[in-house]
Amino acid sequence: MTRRTRNWLLLAPAGLWFLTMLVVPLTVVLIFSFGERGPAGGYAPAFTFEQYANLPARWTAFRNTLTMAPIGTIAALLIAYPLAYFLAVRVKPKWKTILLVLVIVPFWTSILIRSYAWIFILGGRGIPALLAWVGMEDVRLINTPFSVLLGIVYGYLPLMVFPIYVSLDRLDKRLLEASSDLGARPWRTFRQITLPLSIPGIATGCLLVFILLMGEFLIPALLGGGKVFFVGNALVDLFLQSRNWAYGSAVAVTLVVIMLISVTIYMRFIHRLGATREDVSIM
Amino acid sequence: MRIYATFVYLFLYIPIGVIALFSFTAGRHASQLQGFSTQWYGTALSNPFVMDALQTSLIVAAASASCATVFGTMAAVALQGMKGPLRVTFDMLIYVAVMIPGIVIGIATLIGLVTIFDQINPLIALLLPQGTPPLLQMGYFSLIAAHTMFLMALVIIIVRARLAGMDRALIEASSDLYATPFGTFRQVTLPQIFPAILAGFLLSFTFSFDDFIVAFFVAGSETTLPIYVFSSIRRGVTPEINAIGTMVLAISLLFLIAAQVLLRRGRKAT
Repeated sequence: MTRRTRNWLLLAPAGLWFLTMLVVPLTVVLIFSFGERGPAGGYAPAFTFEQYANLPARWTAFRNTLTMAPIGTIAALLIAYPLAYFLAVRVKPKWKTILLVLVIVPFWTSILIRSYAWIFILGGRGIPALLAWVGMEDVRLINTPFSVLLGIVYGYLPLMVFPIYVSLDRLDKRLLEASSDLGARPWRTFRQITLPLSIPGIATGCLLVFILLMGEFLIPALLGGGKVFFVGNALVDLFLQSRNWAYGSAVAVTLVVIMLISVTIYMRFIHRLGATREDVSIM
Repeated sequence: MRIYATFVYLFLYIPIGVIALFSFTAGRHASQLQGFSTQWYGTALSNPFVMDALQTSLIVAAASASCATVFGTMAAVALQGMKGPLRVTFDMLIYVAVMIPGIVIGIATLIGLVTIFDQINPLIALLLPQGTPPLLQMGYFSLIAAHTMFLMALVIIIVRARLAGMDRALIEASSDLYATPFGTFRQVTLPQIFPAILAGFLLSFTFSFDDFIVAFFVAGSETTLPIYVFSSIRRGVTPEINAIGTMVLAISLLFLIAAQVLLRRGRKAT
């Protein structure tokens, strides 16, 4: 058996699987997005741009996603950066691993259960009850943009901390010493050395969080209570409740296209900042 | 700085802790903390719906993690050192599988499979006219197929990273000493990448077990544990959900720690 045939045989199952479960389904979504809604829901063959013309009907979902995803990403960045800095620069080596693992572990556990925890804490009998007890009546926390944002930051913080930590950990600490020996104040050292050198980590973290937020469903569904909803919630509604497959497909295609466009623009922007492209794995 | 870090850790762990704490309540309401009891674990574990959902989740996780590990490892080994259009195609497929939001994967699988089934089912009915023919529908099959697809991408990435870090000299030495390619693979490559393969399996298992969004679309009439939890949350917060949640977190945690230990040991070995 030649090396070539062997490789083909080894790749065959994975290749066929990707073909039937990824390429074909995504193509079907693309085709359906140009079709019509069937009489009893589902899909009827056609070639029309009607579904795309109808997109403004779901404008609110797109607007919410496109505002909350960047805001959530930046909020996560602002909270994650000092922690990553602390872990990379200030912590003693023997504590580093364990503290880092403690940050990452929540990310790999069920986001459903972790978001549920906030329903429990922010809901009527949680923090609002405590506040009422100290005299602040009628504080509403759950089902607000605030609770969704909190859920987002809580859910994706680990994903942001890790790449920033990696880039700060690689930073040559002698540069920091040299900078302060040359009389730079801590803030200046940070702004001129630490921050520029950690841009690859910031870029990776923001990209990962932003991509996941664009397709988010669970956090707005659980903590937004139908008031703050994303494109993901619109998609669940269109496919599982109203069964409008053609329109739903158009919404899904639009979501992916918006994602690809914003990621491309973002990459250009980061490139201009002088960051080198590097892949940071999560484990 | 240290105070800030402490706050962030509290922020990360308090919600999990609260759930675990309130799951041991002896009271009847989720928000009451009265005494200590494990009665809600008993309630959860004797609820037939929970046990059914748990069984479905475990079967799906075991099957899709196994398929993904075997096929993903095969692909990673073949892709190692390969160049040309085939390599580019696979890199793109893996990229797409990771990049496309889970919700779009779920939707695509749902309408893709339903469309295919609608074509095939009349054919089956035609070939087997007597009685009720075994029609294809969404369920275990679609759950396992969809999970395997995105887990395979994960396994390929993990195993490939390990293969890239491997010492090529060992493989050359082995073939210089007249080992067959398969012999080299079994005796040199496999032992070195085995920790990564096992870690890939454990991570895949956790991912499949915790997945809600893809399963929500492709589960058909089956219910996985996350789907069950999601629909119960909609009906209201109970100590029973706290108990289930604590158990789910504990299971994932166990698998994660195992995967971490394996990946670390693998790195130290070379």
